[in-house]
Amino acid sequence: MAEGDAELQDLYREVLLDYFRDEAHKGVVDGADFHSHGINPVCGDEIEVTIKTGAGCALEKIRFTGHGCVISQASSAMMAEALEGRTPQQAQALINAFKDMMLKKAPLESLPEELDALKALEGVRRFPNRVKCATLAWNTVQQGLGTKPGRTVDFEEVE
Amino acid sequence: MNVKKIREDFPILKRLVRGKPLVYLDNAATTQKPRAVIDALVDFYEKHNANVHRGVHTLSDEATQMVEDSRAKAARFINAPEPECVIFTRNATESLNLVAHGWGRKFLKAGDEVLLTELEHHSNLVPWQMLAVEKGVVLKHIPVLPDGTLDLGSLPNLLTKKTKLVSFTAASNALGTLIPVEKIVAAAKAVGAVTLVDASQWAPHLGLDVRKWGADFVAFSAHKMLGPTGIGVLWGKRELLDGMDPFLGGGDMIQRVWLDRFTANVLPHKFEAGTPNIADAVAFGPALDYLTKIGMDAIREHEVALTRRALEALKAEPEVVVYGPADLSQRGGVVSFNVKGLHPHDVGTALDLEGVAVRAGHHCCQPLMGKLKCGGTARASFYLYNTEEEVDAFVGALRKAVAFFKKPAHA
Repeated sequence: MAEGDAELQDLYREVLLDYFRDEAHKGVVDGADFHSHGINPVCGDEIEVTIKTGAGCALEKIRFTGHGCVISQASSAMMAEALEGRTPQQAQALINAFKDMMLKKAPLESLPEELDALKALEGVRRFPNRVKCATLAWNTVQQGLGTKPGRTVDFEEVE
Repeated sequence: MNVKKIREDFPILKRLVRGKPLVYLDNAATTQKPRAVIDALVDFYEKHNANVHRGVHTLSDEATQMVEDSRAKAARFINAPEPECVIFTRNATESLNLVAHGWGRKFLKAGDEVLLTELEHHSNLVPWQMLAVEKGVVLKHIPVLPDGTLDLGSLPNLLTKKTKLVSFTAASNALGTLIPVEKIVAAAKAVGAVTLVDASQWAPHLGLDVRKWGADFVAFSAHKMLGPTGIGVLWGKRELLDGMDPFLGGGDMIQRVWLDRFTANVLPHKFEAGTPNIADAVAFGPALDYLTKIGMDAIREHEVALTRRALEALKAEPEVVVYGPADLSQRGGVVSFNVKGLHPHDVGTALDLEGVAVRAGHHCCQPLMGKLKCGGTARASFYLYNTEEEVDAFVGALRKAVAFFKKPAHA
């Protein structure tokens, strides 16, 4: 296999493409408690995250809409799946753990078990101009969780 | 035109990217440099380096002469009557800002209209937006049509007695559209408006004759035409340049300075404050020599052939959408496209892994992308050293990317 093919498959792993096509967490939650909107002006990626909390303030239902590249869309779907059922505090810790891994502040092995699927994004770390594609959804939801329930908050990636 | 021979003059074209030969198709962003330009930089620093216009020693005289030689070459290249009216800036963006500051701030007042187009690069939008905020100037825009050309039928309505400036691109960096410059200049003149042409994407690819265009100001960048980064040109008509305020203040742009006032220097120095980018100005000379030697008509003909080949190949791909005019006489060597359902950055990364360098994104034209209803495009842009084989390699890599991303989902 040529070097380019291997790299393409390493960056865009099968599991990533599966999440990219997955519609399970697409949409908007009615009566959302948390609502945030994120954009990456450099590439025009845009995401809107709505979250409904349930018993014990757990993030019962997370939905996202928007448009973006394979990496940002797959990462959004993985984010929704990984954070559903967590408390906001647990979610914050997982978001930080994921971002630390992507920004190479922490090794891949440090990812908590709950984020196992996110290891598929490891290849993105070798493409510095694509890391923000992977972190947009996570930064957006983190911003949303940091504000009072019922308020909408905007997040913008900066270069 | 012997492309094989031309390629030997560009050392970077020999390198591999991710194990594959580099196919450099990002020429609208910046072009590669021939050996003559690289050598000129080294030669200057090794043999002639000194500050200009103020030394009484040999090196300073040599450096001054070399910068002025480049200026004269730039003037000849655009058929400008006087080299003194060629101002060296950092890039076309600075040239456009120079007009906004030196001319716009002095002569425009609240209610005056500046006519731009929806095709413009941010560099020909934002300086005027800043001026609109500061002075209450009103901005209007010639609309772009779905095929990427300008709606010139709107000109009679848009041009009024209030229109003081028409500033527009000669060739779109995002779509490749070639603009009928003379037609717009003539219409602007009829209402007494000043004209500024952003020739960044024209000067490198087609013959430029400022007298034929009849425009008042023309701006372009050296690095998009084989020259070094850090040098741009603003050409202007003498009576306009003379009437303008200086842009930056400092050394070189003055004749006399007292503690409370100064008198401005003559052209071009009035607009070149401080120590200029001497080495890069010097190395711009051989870039212009190179283009002149090959001939702008031959370069244009070569780019049309490459563009035709790319457009025909992409037309056969059902998943690919191509933007911009279909008529090659209205299009430069730029092919902007999207793969249905795919983000241009994924396309760009997949092509990069095959050694093919294209630009992906909004091309500094966010309003235009909004109009086209896409967040961005992928863009292949050609130059004199690109080959038909490279166009085929690009199309092949694109087909491969489409197949990879569009394969049926994992069961």
